[in-house]
Amino acid sequence: MFALVDVNNFYASCERLFEPRLEGRPVVVLSNNDGCIIARSQEAKDLGIPMGIAMHKVKGALKRGQVHVYSSNYALYGDMSGRVISVLRRFTPYLEVYSIDESFLDFGGFADPAAYGHEIKDTVYRWTGLPVSVGIGVTKTLAKIANRIAKKDPALNGVFLIPDDSRHVDTLLGALPAGAVWGIGRRLAARLKKIGIATALDLKNAGPTFIRARFSVVVERTVLELRGTPCLALEMTAPAQKGIIVSRGFARRLTDYCGIEAAVATYASRAAEKLRRQNLATNKLTVTLRTSPFDPPHRRYASAAGFVFPEVTSDTPEIIGAACRCLKGIFRPGLPYQKAGVFLDGLEDTAARQQSLFPAAGIDRDKSRALMKAVDRINADWGRDTVRFAVTGTQRPWAMKQSRKSPCYTTRWADLKLVGG
Amino acid sequence: MPSDVVIRGRAGGGAADGTHAPSALPLFAATVQAGFPSPADDYLEGAIDLNEHLIRRPAATFFLRVLGDSMTAAGIHSGDLLIVDRSVHPGDGKIVIAVIDGELAVKRLYRRRGRIRLLAENPRYPPIDINDEQNLHIWGVVVHAIHSFT
Repeated sequence: MFALVDVNNFYASCERLFEPRLEGRPVVVLSNNDGCIIARSQEAKDLGIPMGIAMHKVKGALKRGQVHVYSSNYALYGDMSGRVISVLRRFTPYLEVYSIDESFLDFGGFADPAAYGHEIKDTVYRWTGLPVSVGIGVTKTLAKIANRIAKKDPALNGVFLIPDDSRHVDTLLGALPAGAVWGIGRRLAARLKKIGIATALDLKNAGPTFIRARFSVVVERTVLELRGTPCLALEMTAPAQKGIIVSRGFARRLTDYCGIEAAVATYASRAAEKLRRQNLATNKLTVTLRTSPFDPPHRRYASAAGFVFPEVTSDTPEIIGAACRCLKGIFRPGLPYQKAGVFLDGLEDTAARQQSLFPAAGIDRDKSRALMKAVDRINADWGRDTVRFAVTGTQRPWAMKQSRKSPCYTTRWADLKLVGG
Repeated sequence: MPSDVVIRGRAGGGAADGTHAPSALPLFAATVQAGFPSPADDYLEGAIDLNEHLIRRPAATFFLRVLGDSMTAAGIHSGDLLIVDRSVHPGDGKIVIAVIDGELAVKRLYRRRGRIRLLAENPRYPPIDINDEQNLHIWGVVVHAIHSFT
């Protein structure tokens, strides 16, 4: 038995928690760079504002509907996600964090799973202020479907358990398009439809061996899971991180070297911070740079360059230095660049770090570690980028537009929510 | 002879779910004469962590800041830091964060014999009567207020 616990309209709910006046009003959250709509409150969905649409295309509708628009605030969402997960862990240690707002829980052995689901839902709401839905089923795929049903039907009060009675299950699956089943994407759904498989029930009734031959073993597993045979287990340990990527599009096209260097240095600096936060060090760095793949052919350009450190490092100046050297190698003048990235590879735990026989000349490891610690500390206390390296630039024309970002209520002293006294 | 001072405290550490960085008070086990090892060194126990004292349930605990003087008689002043635990039951007499006209406000909750009121702790502010349980929106319960003298 599995439960899928999922926060309703997660990003919008986080914004609303600290702005109670948004209760009952439409809220949308924009992607990085304020480009597209990536999250909507129920009221915004009801207004017919589509998911993923470019913000400029619905400007009129947003205004008419008096929709509250926010830039994405990942510091807030990440903190709130951690809170939800830690509440869920009180209910069972057997938990898989599936995404920022969804977790699978092992529900085996509970006498009354639905009642437990309600208790989880009520506790998460009371402790974190975020509304969740709980879907319960004998397989992860069925738990996903149960969750979807729990969300859609208000009479269920946020919790739904797919019953044992097979006739009842078939009625539910018959009302669900195959494309809404976990793991069945739009393209696959279209291919299934061509051979007469339109609903989740059709898919359940398709022969597993036929499906494997025609599609893949992955789709066969879905068929079996719909039939109540668990094929997917909880994945409780996140796979070890293989690399750290900081890659972003620029707010507008950049042609001059200095501007791009400042952006790449900033990404490198951000990647180094991520390294140190996880007590990791890197031995290989790659820089990528490109124009838009939709540019005319003579302006289309994409390239990458790598650098191997003589000794693993988490030192910001060393990483910035290597990134700038890589950038010099791939920069071509006169092109309208759209995006750059810094990728750190060959990660090692700093605790288990081996000293090189031939240490990099001119780098005092102890001194560098002390300096990085001080920099991280200041930035943690006073806000990101209070202290930063000059090469990361002062104007930052490339920086992401996030003109409607809410305060980092839970992660920054300066951003605490004010309450009337 | 130097006077040895040993401060005992449980080993510090951040909140279990990492929501707050540990604010540790550095701990020195002893004043030592140069060159001699301290007899207290074997008793070093780490640092006292203020989080441990102030925060029982990190996942349910939020920091908010007060703006206004309606709660001064309760010892809550403008600029004070409030530690709010959402998991605590908002019973009669508790200092709470309530939602009033879509805004968060700190008040004392009065809840007796079916009567619900949000009380200020300053005579210049009248109490707010809540006519129905349905209209009472409690955001969380204030468990500590931190007032700074600097």
